Order: sequence, then C-alpha cells, then structure tokens
Amino acid sequence: MEHKETRLIFKHIDEPGYTNDIDCYMQHGGYEQLKKAVTMKPEDICAEVLTSGVRGRGGAGFPAGMKWKFLDRKSGKPIYLICNADESEPGTFKDRQIIHQDPHQLIEGMMCAAFAIQAKLAFIYIRGEFFQGYRILEKAIEEARSKNFLGDNILGSGYSCDIIVHRGAGAYICGEETGLIESLEGFRANPRIKPPYFPAALGAYQCPTIVNNVETLCDVKHIVEMGGEAFAKIGTPGNTGTRIWCVSGHVQKPGYYEFACADITLGQLIYDVCGGLKPGRKLKAVIPGGSSAKILRADERFKGKLKDGSEFDWGIEDIPMDFDSLAAVGSMSGSGGVIVMDDTTDMVEALANINYFYAHESCGQCTPCREGVPWMRKVTQRMVDGEAREEDADLLKSIADQIAGRTICAFGEAASWPVQSFIAKFKDEFVEKAKEQAARRKEGKATATETTLI
Amino acid sequence: MKIESIVENITINIDGQDVDVPKGINIIEAVKMAGKGKEVPHYCYHPKLSIAGNCRMCMVEMGMPMRDRTTGEAILEEDGSPKIGWMPKPTIGCATNASPGMHIRTHSDMVKESRNGVTEFLLINHPLDCPICDQAGECRLQEFSAEHGRGYSRFIEDKNVKPKRTRLGPRVTLDDERCILCSRCVRFSKEIANDDVLGFVDRGTYSTLTCYPGKELAHNYSLNTVDICPVGALTSTDFRFKMRVWFLKRTHSICTESSIGANTEIWSREGKIYRITPRRNDEVNDTWMTDSGRDLFKPIESEDRLTHYTIEGVHTTCDEAAASVVKLIQAGDVALVGSAHSSVEEQFFYKQIADRSGAKVSLVSHQGEGDGLLLSEDRSPNLRGALVTGLITDLPEASLETLACEINSGAVKTIFAVNEDLTELGISKEALAKVNVIYVGTHANATSEVASVVLPSLSVFEKDGTFINQSFRLQRFKAAVPGPRGIEPDYTVLEKIAAPLSQEKPASLTIDLVWERMAPKISQFDDSFRWRSLPDDGVALNASAFLDLDFVETKNLKYDPAAFKEAHAAPVEA
Ligand SMILES: Cc1cc2nc3c(=O)[nH]c(=O)nc-3n(C[C@H](O)[C@H](O)[C@H](O)COP(=O)(O)O)c2cc1C
Ligand code: SF4
Ligand code: SF4
Ligand code: FES
Repeated sequence: MEHKETRLIFKHIDEPGYTNDIDCYMQHGGYEQLKKAVTMKPEDICAEVLTSGVRGRGGAGFPAGMKWKFLDRKSGKPIYLICNADESEPGTFKDRQIIHQDPHQLIEGMMCAAFAIQAKLAFIYIRGEFFQGYRILEKAIEEARSKNFLGDNILGSGYSCDIIVHRGAGAYICGEETGLIESLEGFRANPRIKPPYFPAALGAYQCPTIVNNVETLCDVKHIVEMGGEAFAKIGTPGNTGTRIWCVSGHVQKPGYYEFACADITLGQLIYDVCGGLKPGRKLKAVIPGGSSAKILRADERFKGKLKDGSEFDWGIEDIPMDFDSLAAVGSMSGSGGVIVMDDTTDMVEALANINYFYAHESCGQCTPCREGVPWMRKVTQRMVDGEAREEDADLLKSIADQIAGRTICAFGEAASWPVQSFIAKFKDEFVEKAKEQAARRKEGKATATETTLI
Repeated sequence: MKIESIVENITINIDGQDVDVPKGINIIEAVKMAGKGKEVPHYCYHPKLSIAGNCRMCMVEMGMPMRDRTTGEAILEEDGSPKIGWMPKPTIGCATNASPGMHIRTHSDMVKESRNGVTEFLLINHPLDCPICDQAGECRLQEFSAEHGRGYSRFIEDKNVKPKRTRLGPRVTLDDERCILCSRCVRFSKEIANDDVLGFVDRGTYSTLTCYPGKELAHNYSLNTVDICPVGALTSTDFRFKMRVWFLKRTHSICTESSIGANTEIWSREGKIYRITPRRNDEVNDTWMTDSGRDLFKPIESEDRLTHYTIEGVHTTCDEAAASVVKLIQAGDVALVGSAHSSVEEQFFYKQIADRSGAKVSLVSHQGEGDGLLLSEDRSPNLRGALVTGLITDLPEASLETLACEINSGAVKTIFAVNEDLTELGISKEALAKVNVIYVGTHANATSEVASVVLPSLSVFEKDGTFINQSFRLQRFKAAVPGPRGIEPDYTVLEKIAAPLSQEKPASLTIDLVWERMAPKISQFDDSFRWRSLPDDGVALNASAFLDLDFVETKNLKYDPAAFKEAHAAPVEA
C-alpha cells in the first residue's frame, strides 16, 4: 500500500534542481515568514507556538511553546537562543540533511524564534564532525546577513540579532543542552546540575537561554506561516506536526521519511515505506527513537491505556508513530531514529555495540554514569569475547538500575534504558549465550563466535 | 557591634521528625543541624566551595505537601495531615535547599540502595590499596564503604589503569587511581586560592586530574587540596608514608604566621609533631590555612634551640637565672623589648615587670606582603594582645633606633629582650657589649650569644596560652608536645621575676591561676574568663578603644579594615 509522506520540513530536500543558496530558497518563497514575523508582536508568535503544541524534536519531546514561557524575563539579562545541531544520537540523521540541503529554512526558523523570544544573539552549536555543514551554514548566514535577514535592524523592524555558528567538540554529551552550553562557553561539556541551572533561567553565560533542536526551530517557521491552530491540525492532539523518521538497519530501503504524527504505524513504516525486510528474514526487534530508546520486541503484545483514556492492544506493527503512542508502549519517539533488527541479529552483540558507544561518550562527571556505563560495556564485551556467565544478564540489569535516575543529566537514562530493555525482553538470549559458550568450551572449541563488532 | 542579620527559620520534616532550620540551607546541612549524629554521606559537597553535585552520594528522598491543581488548597491525608507527594527519583541533598513543608527521607530503601550503588561504583576501579594509603583512617571512601557498601565485589573485569605518584607541585603528590573525581581540589584552587591550575583531561572513566600545561600546583594554599580530598588521591609529599594517622594525637592550636590567627590542629605522637592542618573557624579562616604556616613546627627540633637556663654562658637552674634577672632589673635603667609573638599571658607579665621596674617598653613590628587571603601584612600573631594587656599603647616601630641612642648615652644599662635579635634591629654588637642583656627566646641568635642571662622559652606547640588576632578575637592554643627537658612555662619564670620586684613571694602558677589574676585587670576581658573555658572558636573582644590605630592589615579573607571599624564604632543596639 502507498503511504504518502507529508513533507513539511523536508519539502524540498532531495528535490532535483533545489540548491542550498539563498536565491533558490527565495524563489521557493523563502524568508516570507520572517518578513511576516517581524511585523507581528513577539508575544503573539510565542502564543502561536504554544497553540501549535509543537514538541521538541531533539529527544525529550517537551512542548516548545511551554519551554519559551519558562524564560526568566524578569532578570533583565539578555536572552540567548541556541540551535542544537549536535545530532549525535545513533540512528539519527535528519538535522544534517536540513543543514546541508536547506540551511536557509533553519536560519529563517531561528530568526522567527529569536524575534519571538526577543533573543539578543543566537547560536548554532553544530556537531564537530559536520565540517561540510559548518561551511554551508557560514555561507548561508553570510547570504542572509547581506539581505538583512539577520544583523542590525532586521528588515527595518528595529530588532537586531545575529547567528554565530559554533563547532562542537566531538562528543555525544555536547548535545545535552547544559553540556552544550558549557562547551559553547569554552569549557568541557560537563552538564550542569538542575536545579539550579535550568537554561531558561540560568543558561549561556548565566543568562536565560532557549535550546531547541534544528527540526523544532524549522517547525517555528511553518507555525508562523500557517498559524498555530492549523499546525496543530497536523497529526493528533498532543502529537502535532510532522516527524522525520530516520530508518536504519535491516530494511530494504533505509532513509528518512517525513510523516504527520500518527499518520502511519511502525509496521507500515517498515513494510510499506521502507520496502520490508530482506528476503527470508523475520522482524526481531525495533528501537524506535534513537539508540537510547527502549527496544521493542517483534512478538510482544502491547496493552495499556493512552492519555485520553482509550485502551489499546497492539502488536509491534500496529503502533502509531507519534510521541504518546511510543511512550505508551514503554519506549519513546526520541530523536526519530528507527533502528530495525531482523532475526539474524545477535542481541548480546547489539547491546555490546550500544554499550561501547555510551561508555565512550560519558562525560565522566558523575559517579553512576562514569563508572557504571563502562562496567556494563566491559560485561557485554566479555560476553561477546567468549566469557559470558549466566548471571551476567541480572548483573547488567542491576548495574543499569543503579544508574538510571541518579545522574546529573539524562545520559544516565540514555545509557541504561537500552540495557534494561534488552535484558527485560531478551534475557533468554543472554543466558543462552553463556550456556552455548560453556558447551563449546566443553567440546574444546573456541567460545567466541566471529563478530562484526567495532 | 553589628547586629547579626536575622535568618528566617522554617520547618521541614526529616525522617518523620519536624525540625526548624534556616530557610534555604541545603539538606546536608539541615540534617546535620537536626543533630543526633545524623549525617548525609557526601564526597563532593564542601561547605566552603560551590556545589558540584557530581558524586551522587548524598541522595535523599524528597517530597512536598500536595496541592490541588485548581483550588491550590493543600490535599490532606485521612488523619488530617498534609499528603506528601514524593518524587519518584532520589535527589541530591547538596543541591536541594530546604523550603517550608519539605519532607526528607534519609534512610529509606531507595536512599540506602542509591548509596550502595554509588559506593560500589566508586570501588570497582579503585586500587583498594588502603594498607599503604596515607588517607587510611581519615578516608571518606573507607568510612562510607564500611557503612554503605555491600561488603563483597561483583566486579570481575579488569580495573582501569591511571597515573600513580604524579607530582602536582612541590608539596602535593597525586595518585590518580584513587581519585574519585569529586572536583573539590579543582574548585578550591579556582574559587579560594584564585589560581585555576587544576582540571580534568580525558573523558568518562578515563578522566584524569592534572595541572594546566606548563603550570604546577604551587600556590601557598596547595596543601588545602590534600585536606579536602576525601580520599587518598592527593597526599602531602612531606607527610607521605611518615605515620598512620590513627596513632596521632590532635591538639587545638593557633597559627603564628601572621595576625590572621588561623585555627589549627597539631598532629603529634610521643612528643613529635608530624603535621599541622587547619581547623574550621568561620570567623577566622573557614577551613583553610597557608602551606607556609604548616611548616612552622619544624624549627622546634633544630640545633640552635635554647635548651638551658644560663648565666654568663654557664648552665644554671631556673630559680638562679630568675634571681639574677631580678638583680639586674633592680639595678635600674632597664629597657624592655617585648614581642608580639608572646602570648597574652606572657605580655601581661611583661607589663607587670615594666610597671614594677619602670622599664621603658618598645616593640618591633614584623611585616611582609599580605596575600589578601590568610597571610596578613602583620607577621606576628599577637600584636593586639600587647595592646589589650597595655604592654604598649602605640603601634610598634620598624627598628630600635631610639633605644640605640639611649644605650650610647648611657641612659639604658640593662636590656630585657624577648624573642628579638637586637643586632638586626639597629643595635650593633658593640653597643650591646655596653649593657647587660637578658634574653628570653626559643632559639639562639646573636643577642642570646652576648646575653648575661638566657631564659629559654617554649614554642607555641609546647605551651598553653592565648593570642588576639587582627579582628580582636581572643583565641586559645594548647600544648601539643612537651618542650625541652627542664624548661618551665614562660609565665612561671616571669612570675619568679615579677613577684620579687614588688617584694612578693612568687606563687606557683597554673594557666588558670594566671587568668584568675589577669581577667579582672583587663577591661576587654570579662572577669569570668578562664583559659580552660574559653570557647574553641574564640571570643570577639570589644575593639572600640583601638579603632584610631592605623593597623597595617589590608582586606583579607575575613577581615576588612574599613568594615571592621564601622561595625565596632557603631553604638551597641539592644
Ligand atoms: C545525552 C544527551 C544527548 C543529547 N543530544 C542531543 C542532540 O544531539 N541534539 C538535540 O537536538 N538534542 C539532544 N539532546 C536533547 C537536548 O538536551 C535538549 O533537550 C534539546 O536540544 C532540546 O530541544 P527540543 O526541545 O527542541 O527537542 C540530548 C540530550 C541528552 C541527555
Ligand atoms: S550522567 Fe554521564 S554524561 Fe551526564 S553528567 Fe553524569 S557522567 Fe556526565
Ligand atoms: S584528587 Fe581528591 S579532591 Fe581532587 S578530584 Fe580527585 S578525589 Fe576529588
Ligand atoms: S555531595 Fe551531593 S552530589 Fe556529591
């Protein structure tokens, strides 16, 4: 069955002949929304964003309009806007496309947002490895500045604001908003304790600061264009607008696909949109929102109640792709990175791979994450190296339980949720691995089977 | 006197008990205030440093009274007590400030389990080398592991390897494998010592403490990092491997390096001092002291220590020496060179001797550069004592030129010198040869060499007494180790001189008897003051009589001359 994408953010992405320079952007109606925005009252734009119900696309899914409301305006300190373009969550590759192919959309969205919150200065914190993206943004900002879409007295409105592009320092933790702010200020990306350092009150340089994801800020442009109410009509209540699903793993056509929230189910996304699995393979599991999201097992039944009180009873393929449904089945839509695994996947190896990443990326500030995550990595590494023990599954879960909820930043959860969910759903495979290795040892064979682990 | 700003008290509930605490205080301090020896275990929190919140040891459960969302009214339990909404996750006590109605659990299963987890995590990569670790016996990790750990290890992987025996600076050695990355040392250097020299390199579990490239941890406060390091990562290069701390006796003392009067603790065993560390006094030195002040015990064992009473270079008894001093004084024309290094008790006696003999008193100032923290410009511990006891009425001079003239003119025949080498203060050896010299001091110098009578005295570590610091705070020190064999406390010797001068029999004195005599005679003291019962953190004296004097101290950690003057000049409000 055909499923038509709702391309809002990705409208022109991959369109033949569409280039990332300002002329092309303006020929396609670019910067009209900024021209409109600067004639509006800033608080009216904020109100539209609130009405739109748009939720953050960076991971946590917090309503952007609400976040803007928390800004401490009484302090009299300057307000900063930061675009989080650190995109490092494994399985996520949407922000990069926007930056490469449609940088002016981001700039326009940012300037609308900056005007709305009356930011004094805006930053784009771009992942250090995105060097090409950095160059593209620098050029685009120069173009926009020459047309007075940013800089002094923007379009004669009396409002001035500029954008500074800051290249990241090459660590996943730079994407956590308070770590990002530290890094932006020139320090190690050590996330700050909250309270008291909520960015909206004490952010960059201890001033009120809004951090939003690239996609979220692009949404602002479309909210200005169509109005909050019209935007809220896309998707379902509480799950408004579109989401870009970055599908990777064992599907025929991996890639990014933009759909209105709840427009398709996970099954439709995998089988209809992405061409299904490779011939002869069966679906085993899906991580629906980037590697931090809890894994879903293909043969699970998901039962429960949605926020609106309605009951559901879904198989994995029935899960609607939106914030609340994925949360209701015990995972999250996160950053939109859908990782599909078929029946050839060794779950211990998959988890070892994920653990390797998180152990490498912890900033090392707080004890549970600094010590616990590398411990989990050492355990899963040992397991794939042929020294698995039957009790390792319980040990892994216990370590993860000692991390989640006890750390400075949400990295603790990001690193323990995969372990908790892999063990909850595939414990049999972890135990089996140990038994199998013991049996091979008995036969005098090498215990570790060949792996493709990094 | 400045009226203490009144702090609003609020009621919070700790483990089912309502307690009153100052508003805004954090939960670690609130629990401490609640008393009963209760403590929230913690590593990274330090009362004098910014909050880092990184060790996660101080986790507690926190709840607030629930309110109805629409009406805003408190929701009540069936028994009428407020219903508490407990947070689903534990929160850190160090960064949680008490607010009215807050409920805290410090011993719930969730809390115990969190501490247990943190303890296990801290130990997995720790070298567990307690038998050879200097921190053993005063290690928070050791204490909390015993109290909150699971008692066995679940860790079978290889431990991380990190640098050992790193020289961070001239006085501090780092064992990185023991470091729990609490960042106390980093914050101390940056926030207190104003030398942002420490930091972490590498990430995650490989994070390593180090100095900035090309710099060393060399500031004069570097050893405070050793004090506050909760584990054995930072050790004093000097004290390293010298002594197990549990063998050491601790004695409260006062640093004599400058008029700051930092409160200290002397660590000794069998008459030998091993180290000096700061003792907390929020009015004086918080929890810090200089590195240089910690070295001051070393000269007490030096070769040139005066260890015998002598008359004309011949060993004698204390009584004979005192009698000989009395005779010299009674011959008249005496000049007394007092010392701001003497204790208040000693100065009281020198004042008596001066009064009874008509001796002219001079005092010499010892000054140096201040560092704005805990080293003041006045490098003597007790100049205020000399003023309060009336030994002097004016600030001391830099040298003794007037006295030199009086020697030359023959107006002075005997000099009674305390602690000072007169040859360095403008009186030549030739001039000294013209007069009789009585010398009281701890160490030999050019003056003691030519003295007719030498009365060896005890160092601050060997005697009981008091000093008055820059802000007129009377502070007590206690003898930590015995002095050289046969040397009596200075006040006993001085009594043997002062009493005969007014035809009295010397009394046999104790420090408390000295105070019984002295307290009523000094207007800044309460009659009831006794040495033994002085509070451990000292007594602020009334300084109003001395506000016109132009003291040399400039602003430092706890003292601001202008603010001090203002506060003490203000009329006392009821
Ligand atoms: C460990 C960690 C890494 C994160 N990385 C990113 C990232 O790469 N990009 C991003 O937009 N948000 C990331 N976030 C989420 C940000 O902290 C923040 O919530 C987000 O940028 C807010 O924007 P939004 O409200 O528009 O989603 C990360 C969070 C954590 C805990
Ligand atoms: S949870 Fe991990 S990444 Fe976050 S502050 Fe703690 S150590 Fe750093
Ligand atoms: S050396 Fe000591 S004080 Fe410094 S971070 Fe490590 S454990 Fe903390
Ligand atoms: S003392 Fe609170 S986190 Fe370390």
